[in-house]
Amino acid sequence: MHDLILGNKIFKSRLFTGTGKFSSNKLMGEAVFASGSELVTVALKRVDLEDDSDDMLIHLNHPHLNLLPNTSGVRTAKEAVLAAELAREALETNWLKLEIHPDPKYLLPDPEETLKAAIELVKLGFIVLPYIQADPVLCKRLEDVGTAAVMPLGSPIGSNKGLLTRDFLKIIIEQSNVPVVVDAGIGAPSHAAEAMELGADAVLVNTAIAVSHNPVQMAIAFKMAVEAGRMAFEAKLAQVSNHANASSPLTSFLND
Amino acid sequence: MFSQVLDRLVWEDEMDKIYSKTSKQVENALKNEKRNIEDFKALISPAAKDYLEEMARLSNLLTRKRFGNTIQLYLPLYLSNECTNHCVYCGFNHSNKINRITLNHEEILKEVEVIKSYGYEHILLVTGEHHSKAGFSYLKEVMKLIKPYFSLISLEVQPLEEEEYKDLIEIGLNTVYVYQETYNKKRYNIYHPKGKKADFEYRLYTPDRLGRAGIHRIGLGCLIGLEDWRTDSLFTAMHLRYLQKKYWKTKYSISFPRLRPHAGGFQPNSIMTDSELVQLITAYRLLDEEVELSISVRESQKFRDNVIKLGITSISAGSKTEPGGYALNTHALEQFSVHDNRSPAEIEKMIKSAGYEAVWKDWDSFMQK
Repeated sequence: MHDLILGNKIFKSRLFTGTGKFSSNKLMGEAVFASGSELVTVALKRVDLEDDSDDMLIHLNHPHLNLLPNTSGVRTAKEAVLAAELAREALETNWLKLEIHPDPKYLLPDPEETLKAAIELVKLGFIVLPYIQADPVLCKRLEDVGTAAVMPLGSPIGSNKGLLTRDFLKIIIEQSNVPVVVDAGIGAPSHAAEAMELGADAVLVNTAIAVSHNPVQMAIAFKMAVEAGRMAFEAKLAQVSNHANASSPLTSFLND
Repeated sequence: MFSQVLDRLVWEDEMDKIYSKTSKQVENALKNEKRNIEDFKALISPAAKDYLEEMARLSNLLTRKRFGNTIQLYLPLYLSNECTNHCVYCGFNHSNKINRITLNHEEILKEVEVIKSYGYEHILLVTGEHHSKAGFSYLKEVMKLIKPYFSLISLEVQPLEEEEYKDLIEIGLNTVYVYQETYNKKRYNIYHPKGKKADFEYRLYTPDRLGRAGIHRIGLGCLIGLEDWRTDSLFTAMHLRYLQKKYWKTKYSISFPRLRPHAGGFQPNSIMTDSELVQLITAYRLLDEEVELSISVRESQKFRDNVIKLGITSISAGSKTEPGGYALNTHALEQFSVHDNRSPAEIEKMIKSAGYEAVWKDWDSFMQK
């Protein structure tokens, strides 16, 4: 299986994880570790940036684990840039998951503010991973301004509905020159495998692991599914055909 | 405006519609993937009484899907019990002869020190309504004073003007709780005979002023025990729906302040049982997967221990409802009696043993600039 190159790093694991919704930070740490994930996103609003012993952060202290601070909660580009700068200083990373969803109900991303913030953040030296609608044009525009990846959604955050945007994800994957990370809506390992089979470079999973009855076991299930999906993609899936191959081909007369 | 919606509805007709819902309509509401206000009427109706276990199970699932296995904690800081209103059910009623105080900055910082020692990051500032002693300028100064200590500041004070809200949001105000108490306009003034709060419409417009000012979260509710709780809850839910569509960038939260019979003073007109409160909480969750549902220390230990699994997403712990209650020993009169006296640490332990993470911090003032 090929390694994933994203930003300035090489990743063995193509499963990115989240840290919200777990019943304890200890269990969160165990699940993240079991998933084999090397990139874990942390909501800035949940951590105390001034506290070295923040309970969430101490459970993520592992040499293989890279933190991906996210701006969840901000509503504008201006707020996102400010939050990003604070995160960079406090967490000593220039990686950022850019999330701007002014709609607190379905947490759908704002394309205009996201693009505006991405332009600014790239200029400021951030490695920007923007969370966005599965909009192929927006993905190209973000790539043009220098984001390190694009993170289109499969379905609304936390919905566990899987790849409702499948046809658009395929276009995005086909056109993208930066890694495509399917984020949001992945509710089952089969959804993750499906995204990887389509050719996504990675997936980000949180709710499905955190809210399951056994988050550690579910994290392992996702790890296996992501690996299986990626291996299948690299091995090239057989073409799906709607017709049986005719036993008497129409052009066989040419060989006569 | 929501008042236009309200004016088209007749309280008694809406009440009849709720009470005439059938088991079949409840079953249909339970089957729907997304539920509307008609479904909500069925779920809060007497006919839904026999479906409580299923409502609780669904509510638990939906809440965990959206909010995860977490419960947020907040604490009220009562700044003043001065009040020019005459709300017949309230301890701060202007005509009550009680020790009236408004905390000064030094006193507030003493209270803050104790509150911080519990681990709180989210604070709710509460006052009565007294424009010269605890009005907008006082609140503004208090917010500036305490901002360095808290990551999220909420208010539960008298309704303010849109421009005043804008000013406070600029300083770091995140949430405002403003309960209509009752949506029964014809009877509102029986409970609120005098003072600024007697103006039903001005209070009803408050969430609109907040929405226009760009507030992050609005808390709604009715005071359970004044009028028929089912009808008042229906109007609250309709108010919620109206606001969600109009001020779509704002989050919403519902609270369930419940008056209970007690010796002396105001007696509730409508008594809600524990199982009815569970019915209401779960009905809200079935109506709306995203709305925050909050329960205070008005409720008992046993009740709170159980409802955190049924849809509730935030609770207070260790609350004192009199100004100076944490550090100052003022013996000022409390606004309501506390039924769950456990400390924040004990509540955190209870939350953990129920399989949830107690969340002390879910915001930062740098998220809103």
